[in-house]
Parts: sequence; structure tokens; C-alpha cells
Amino acid sequence: MSAEASFYQTPSSPRHRGIAAWLLTTDHKRIGIMYMAVIFTYFFVGVTLGLLMRTELMSVNTKIVSAQTYNALFTLHGVIMIFLFIIPGMPAIFGNFLVPIQIGAEDVIFPRINLLSWYLFVAGGILAIISLFLKGPPDTGWTFYVPFSTTTKTGVTLTVFSVFVLGLSSMLTGINFITTIHRFRNKNMGWMQIPLFTWSIYATAWVQVLATPIIGITMILIIVERLFGVGLLDPSKGGDPLMYQHLFWIYSHPAVYIMILPGMGIISEIFPVFSRKSIFGYRSIVVAGMAIAAIGSLVWAHHMFVSGMSDVAVLVFSFLTFIVAVPSAVKVFNWVSTMYKGSIYMAPPFLFALCFIFLFSIGGLTGLVQGAAGPNVHIHDTHWVVGHFHFVMFGGAGFAFLGGLHFWWPKFFGRMYDFKKAYAGCGMLAVGFMMHYFPMFILGLEGMPRRYYTYLPRYWALNFFGGIGAYIMVAGIALLFINLFMSFRRPDNAPPDPWGGTTLEWSVPSPPPLRNFIEEPVVGPHPYDFTEKEKK
Amino acid sequence: MSVHTDDTGSRIGMWIFLYTEIMLFGGLFILYAAYYHRYAQDFIAAGSETELVLGTLNTAILLTSSFAVAASVEAMRRKASSLAIILLCFAVMLGAVFLFNKYLEWSRDFAIGYYPGSDLMVDGPKGQSIFFALYFVLTGLHALHVIIGMGILCACLILTAKKRITSEKMILLDNAGLFWHLVDIIWIFLFPLFYLLH
Repeated sequence: MSAEASFYQTPSSPRHRGIAAWLLTTDHKRIGIMYMAVIFTYFFVGVTLGLLMRTELMSVNTKIVSAQTYNALFTLHGVIMIFLFIIPGMPAIFGNFLVPIQIGAEDVIFPRINLLSWYLFVAGGILAIISLFLKGPPDTGWTFYVPFSTTTKTGVTLTVFSVFVLGLSSMLTGINFITTIHRFRNKNMGWMQIPLFTWSIYATAWVQVLATPIIGITMILIIVERLFGVGLLDPSKGGDPLMYQHLFWIYSHPAVYIMILPGMGIISEIFPVFSRKSIFGYRSIVVAGMAIAAIGSLVWAHHMFVSGMSDVAVLVFSFLTFIVAVPSAVKVFNWVSTMYKGSIYMAPPFLFALCFIFLFSIGGLTGLVQGAAGPNVHIHDTHWVVGHFHFVMFGGAGFAFLGGLHFWWPKFFGRMYDFKKAYAGCGMLAVGFMMHYFPMFILGLEGMPRRYYTYLPRYWALNFFGGIGAYIMVAGIALLFINLFMSFRRPDNAPPDPWGGTTLEWSVPSPPPLRNFIEEPVVGPHPYDFTEKEKK
Repeated sequence: MSVHTDDTGSRIGMWIFLYTEIMLFGGLFILYAAYYHRYAQDFIAAGSETELVLGTLNTAILLTSSFAVAASVEAMRRKASSLAIILLCFAVMLGAVFLFNKYLEWSRDFAIGYYPGSDLMVDGPKGQSIFFALYFVLTGLHALHVIIGMGILCACLILTAKKRITSEKMILLDNAGLFWHLVDIIWIFLFPLFYLLH
């Protein structure tokens, strides 16, 4: 077999053929594609559940679902989108596929543990699905707050166990990436020559390793409480439910940085390539990424301002929350400045990146309103929070994910997609997004609470408007994915470097061969040096 | 695909994993700290109810077994693989004795009613019930780690006997030793928190 044959034609273990060559592979690229297949499925389910909720909310008296079903819908939508889509999405798909190539390595350092992570991820997903049918779907919301989660009759025990298993998968992936980036970098690549996407995965991996064990023990505590009633979180036995909230958010706030940091890495890759200009402030982006990971681990209690903490704690956590906004803002300035005096080349990934800047900025700024101790009391648990969260997680992480998908799709599959449909899909998604989520800020300020299946008649107009936006969004998502899947009917002749990128993954064929590099990769002094690249 | 042999990398991975274990227990230590702050007097009263003799004995047992594992790693480094096997056997046996003592201790606690939800606890102060809840969750999770650790040591034993672990290829034994020491050091922290609190 020739060295140029793509990894699709060369099983990583020559003994296996067909489906076994996938299920028993240790090739980081195949594992990345397998993650993609599973995660896409969950994403589509999550979107469907979300659309059902929006349809329910489109008029005051719709009775598509009962109150109990609605509780199950938002719980499942949250659990699926968070634990099965965004948290694993970018590190597991793009990180697996690209990090070894970007640092000039053949594979990750622990390929078998990498495969084990995939199996744990699948097992966690299956457990979550089983938990729906055993005792009825969980109705706690994705936060599993006690005392409700320890007393409800639905199948929470298995659901939180599945979260524990998913956490284990995420943690092992994190350990793998950290060690790989330390040990397997090309010997000519110093720390300040690492591409920014890999840097962001490095920062993410540390958060995964730092924080995930805490959710593990928190979920174990729920299980122990449900099975044995030890009372550690039960006020009637001397426990304190507030301790649960602390433990939960010690993980789950850093987890939002697990979701957004790789997205920031993707945006940092897209901007220089389509501006034909070196990234503005490489070092400050690296430092900002690590600072987000570090400070982001210390802001968790801003989810609990109305839970009965002391005023001192509220002020300290409010202050830290403002601090963590600074490195994110630094990055936004860097991305925008990268375009200054650049030579802009428009393509779908770049459109996603531009939408990202706009939506993520709104999400970030509205986050500050929540982080301030005063306004927080007014908007706590209203639709404002839902709006903010989706602006950051979907407008931010989701658009970055889609941008990365369109950026590296030719690298993954060797096929280019249709630009016009991609532009149209992205436009529909962005317009529908604004229509859908922006009204939530107004609704929240007016006092509409989250997590109710119905509302007062005066909130009707904006809810109906948002519902239309949701349908436009879903149509946009459908168009984007149909367009991507249609590319499989096109010839597989994507060039190694369709965009004129400078990082190592663009120096290898699309799709890459089994060992990634045909010849020893050449690492330049700076990862974003466009002087050799022709202007398109 | 070539088999990667990077001992330093494996060791880094193991240390990061041990770190996640510390965070796992850390969540419970945070609970201990918070509840100790709230119920200091109850905790001190309940702390004198645990079985100090068995606790001390178990501390000595785990420390000895940790020494045995460390000695076994050193023996392997000096190519004395049969000595390494004997020392590993010794360590696993000590682990089993530790678990047996734990069993004695827990059955005594259950007999008296030192467990959350018993009549004794329901009528007693809340801090006492919380103390024993933490005691069972923490020592239970630790005992689970002892069992896992014994499994890992047994696997190393078999692999050494089959010559799959040799003085040139001993990273697995090294890492297994690290895990066992972690189990040991967590106990070193549990011991004063639950047995020496008078």
C-alpha cells in the first residue's frame, strides 16, 4: 500500500477489515470520525427536543406536551446538548483529528485509552437513554439540584451515573491531550510555535482534568443519597443542599469553558487564514486562553447569588466574574485586529467566524449583567439567563463548531461542499438565532421565568416571534448539514490546502494518510506566516 | 502502527490521573471541612466513638504494604523478579487484611447503630449523623480504591510471572506502585480526620 493512501483505505491495525477496522481502531483520525457520527446523532435529537419546547411555547394554551413531559424535555435537551454535544464535541472530534497533526505527531500518546474514551462516551450515552425508559425520563433539569433530584421518583440514579461515565471519558481524553502535547510535539516546535487551536485544546484539557472529578463525586453523592439516604445533602439529617450547588458548579462552571475554549481556538485558526495575515497578538491569545482556564475555575458561585450565600461571597465571586471577562475580550480584540489591513478572502468558515464575534460579544456582555450582584437578583432564573446561555453556547461555541466543521470538512473527507448553500444556511441560522434568542432577554427583564411549560398571556407575542425564529434556525441547520452530506456525492479531489492555511494539517493530503505525514514535517518559526502563500 | 514506548509520557499521564483522584476525594474533603466548621463539637464527640485501635492497625498495615510495593519496584529494577513477586504478594495480602479489619470495624458500627438513619443517629445531634455519613462515604470510597489497587497489583504480579514486566519494561509496575501509594496517602489523611479527633 502506498504511503499516500488515505487513512480510510489503511486500517490502523492491518488485521481488521470493515466495521472491525473502525470499532477496534487506535487511529486518532478514525476515532475522531466515530465521535463525529455519535455526536451528530445526539445533536439532531437535542435540536428536535428544543424545537418541541419552542412549539409548545408558541401560544399560551398549546397542549402538545404535559407539564411533566415539558420538564423531561428541558432536562433531556440540557443533558444531551451539554454532556453529549458541546462538552465532547470540539475536543473529541476536532481535537482528536487535528491536534496530533498540528503538532507533527503520528498519533496521540495513549491510542488505546483514546479508544476507551470513545467506548465510555458511547456507554454513557446508552445509559442515559436506558434511564429514560426504566422509571420515566428525569425531570430535574440538567443541574440535578437537590433535594428534588434525591427525592423525585423518576430514573435520576441512572442518569447521573451516565454523567459520571461521560465525565470519566472526558477526563481520559484530557489526560491524553495534555501528555500528547507535552511529549509528542515535533522536536522543532517550541511552545510559542504551537498552533492556537492546539493551545486551546491544551487549556481545555487542563480544565477537563481539574474539574471533571468534582462532578464525578457530586454525581456519586446523589446516587449514595438516593440509595442509602446518608443525609449529607439532606437538611432533615443535618446536611446542606447549598453544598451540592457548590460542588456542582465547581465543575459545571469551568465546564462552560470546556465548551467555549476550543471554539475560541477554532476562531483563532480561521481569522488569520481568511485575512491572509498573521494572527494579531499570538502570545496574548495563548495567555488569555490559559487565564480563562485558570480564572474560570474560580467563579462558580455566581450561579448561586440568590441561593443564600453570605454577601461577602457574592461580592468576591461577582468580582472574579468580571475579571474572567477580560481575557475573553482580549481575544475578541485580537480577532478583529487580525482583519485590519489583511487581505480578506470570503468563504463559509469565515462567515461563521464573523457571526461568532457578533453573537459571542452579545453573549459575553449580557453575561456581565448577570455577573453583577444587583441585576442578578432581578433576572435570576428568568428567560434572560436562557438567552445569555444560548448566545454564548450556541452563538459562540455552536457557531465556532460549525465554522470549524466547514473549515476542516475538506481535510476530514477530501471533499468540498457547495458554498452558496453554506452561506444561505449560515445566514438563516444567524437570522433565526437573533429572532429566537434576543426576545428572551426582553422576556427575562419583564419577568418570565424559565422552565415552565406555559406563561402569562402578556408574554405571548415575543414567544411566538421566537418560535418562528426557532423554525428558521432549524431550517438553516438542516440546510447546512444536508449540504455537507451532499458533498459525498462530489468527487474526492479536495486539495491538501484549499484555504491557503499555514498550520501543519494543511501540508498533508486531504484526507491524511495513516501516519499523517508522508515526509518529515517542516515547522516554521511562526505558525501563522503567510509570506509564502499566494493571495487568493 | 508502531507501538509507542515513552516511559516519561506514561508517567506524566499517570501523575495527572492521580491528580484527578485527589480532586475526586477533594470534593468530599470540602464537605468535611464545611460540616466540621458547622458542627465542630458534634464532630469531636463522634470522633472518639470510632475504633482507634483498628484504625491505627490499618494505618500500619497500609504503610507496610506501601513499603512492600516500593521495595518490589526497586527489586525489579535490580532484576530480582522473584523477590518482586513475593513482595507484591505480601502487599496484596496486607490489602486483604486491611479490608478484613474494615469489615470488623463496620460491623461493630452497624451493631451499635453508628450509621445514618439508625435510631441512635435520628435521636442524636445532627453533626454526629453527618460525621458518620462522611465516615462511611469516604472510607467506603477509599476501600473501593483498595480493592481496585489490589486488582492492579495482582495484574502486575501475573504479568511479572509471565515475563511481560521486566527490568527494561517496568513502567506498568511503576505506575501501579504510584496508584498504591496514592491509596495509602489518602488513608493517611482520613486517619486523623476520623480517628484522632478527640
